[in-house]
Amino acid sequence: MSNSKVSKTLSYFKRYWILYVMLLLPVAFFIIFRYIPMGYIQIAFKNYSIVKSPWEMEWADNHGFQYFIQAFSNRDFLYAIRNTLMLNFLDLLFGFPAPIILALILNELAFKRFKRFTQTVVYLPHFLSWIIISGMALQLFAPTNGLINIMLNRMGFPSIPFLNDPVYWVVMYVLLGIWQSVGWNTIIYLAAIAGINPELYEAASVDGAGRFRKIWHVTLPGLRPTIIVLLILSLGHILSSEFDRPYALSNKLVTEVSNVISIFVYNYGIRGLQFSLSTAVGLFQSVVCVIFLFAANALAKKTGERGIW
Amino acid sequence: MVKSRSTRIGDWVIVFICVIAILVCLLPVLNIAARSLSTAEALIRNEVFLWPKGFNFSAYETVLSDSKYTWSLAWTAILTVICTIWSLFMTILCAYPLIYDNLKGKKFIIALILFTMYFNAGTIPTYLLLKELHLLNNPLVLIIPNCISVFYVIILRSFLYGIPESLRESAELDGAGPLRILVNVYLPLSTPVLATLALFYAVGRWNGFTDALLYMSDRKYYPIQLLLYNILNSINSIEVATQEGFTTPGLSETIKSATVMFATVPILIVYPWLQRYFISGVTLGAVKG
Repeated sequence: MSNSKVSKTLSYFKRYWILYVMLLLPVAFFIIFRYIPMGYIQIAFKNYSIVKSPWEMEWADNHGFQYFIQAFSNRDFLYAIRNTLMLNFLDLLFGFPAPIILALILNELAFKRFKRFTQTVVYLPHFLSWIIISGMALQLFAPTNGLINIMLNRMGFPSIPFLNDPVYWVVMYVLLGIWQSVGWNTIIYLAAIAGINPELYEAASVDGAGRFRKIWHVTLPGLRPTIIVLLILSLGHILSSEFDRPYALSNKLVTEVSNVISIFVYNYGIRGLQFSLSTAVGLFQSVVCVIFLFAANALAKKTGERGIW
Repeated sequence: MVKSRSTRIGDWVIVFICVIAILVCLLPVLNIAARSLSTAEALIRNEVFLWPKGFNFSAYETVLSDSKYTWSLAWTAILTVICTIWSLFMTILCAYPLIYDNLKGKKFIIALILFTMYFNAGTIPTYLLLKELHLLNNPLVLIIPNCISVFYVIILRSFLYGIPESLRESAELDGAGPLRILVNVYLPLSTPVLATLALFYAVGRWNGFTDALLYMSDRKYYPIQLLLYNILNSINSIEVATQEGFTTPGLSETIKSATVMFATVPILIVYPWLQRYFISGVTLGAVKG
């Protein structure tokens, strides 16, 4: 009995050993570059020393929580939390519905070739880096010789400091975010719309429903599961912060609103060499993100949705 | 089907909205292109909108004569090719074994991989590890530490999973091992999704600068985006502008536009060729992932 089991296992490995060899490099990648750094997280609770390994460093004061206390009494960090939450919330409020609306519009396009062309064009900004977008924005919205301000001036309005004034900068941050991602994000909604049973539309037509009633009673309910899943993910990331986008768009005049947590970590950690403090901040952010993600998922399940797991 | 009049009006309203969306996406690019091809004087006089004034290539010539910029373009191109091949190779190695349902330890490996999507060690721990591995300021740091994207592994695995198992079984009956089945059966069938992932990895590398900003202080290995950032954000330190005769503010503006165009054009060239592939690839990962 056990003999046959052993020989079965042997023949299994004889046949499939190559699969394990294939997995060797990827698994090594994940262990080295994703799991081993987790061991370094402990420096958030220790006094960093360049000559010692993380295991040998001394514990920080206040039961190891010294650097968390320091972070929360640091004005820059509190601003970074506020800015992260504010920018992500605005992204959620305006950036989240935008692709849904665009997908509904694209879906209503009666001319198939024109629809394909429109899709091709609106996906394009997704492939431009934030540095390039920032470079374009700096020129288009420049206070004196940018295209937009020239046009405003010709229409008799004064120039607007689009990227140099904190309030306008926040607006531009959100608008440029929509510009970059709205087309791309329609893909997932268009796929979900394509999966809706066409008979539902026919039935609605028979009942005399017009364009808007069909959107309201057929398309939107069909999109509901997709919307919920993406909403959970966005809510889960409300305290996570991109780096590229705020870093590329920011400038010295708007740091009070553009410094998000990832930029704080860069400034204090990589440039300021305060490794313990910036690791503590990063850990705080990661943990809160995971908690938010689970909470949002649990909430969705409670309301009878499928959730992401 | 006969459409009512209000439906037809609605159709044209929607076309109108879409035309506006197209213009909003394209006009900024056209404006930058026009600026880069105009004379500095025309820019200062605010005459350039969508068509260049005093059409000339001098800004491009200036940028191309700057060896730092051309080297950075070439280096980023090399880097992008290497990264794309290596990432694709690793992604295939990671995704293919995981479609074998009877693979022992499969669940554990999948959990190991998925966990990194939800929790990561953070910037500084990763930085310290790379420092310990002597990868800082080493060109390999721009290739290795981010070579696999879990999301793309999921996309590829879903696609491979969708290929009928009977194909695999009949190949196994013919005596083919897993490696031969991958090369002769699975890879030829998955060119669309592989093209999609290659595009994503390539664009990611071409557009990426965060890793270089964090881990690379040797200016020789700066990818184009980082150099571009430095050019755009420091009018005076721009190498080309400090050369004699190029210090007029207007000209440095056209040069800025030209540098932006150089970093954008490669993407504009590849994009139309590959875009027919990527939609199927993205939706696949989205529906199953």
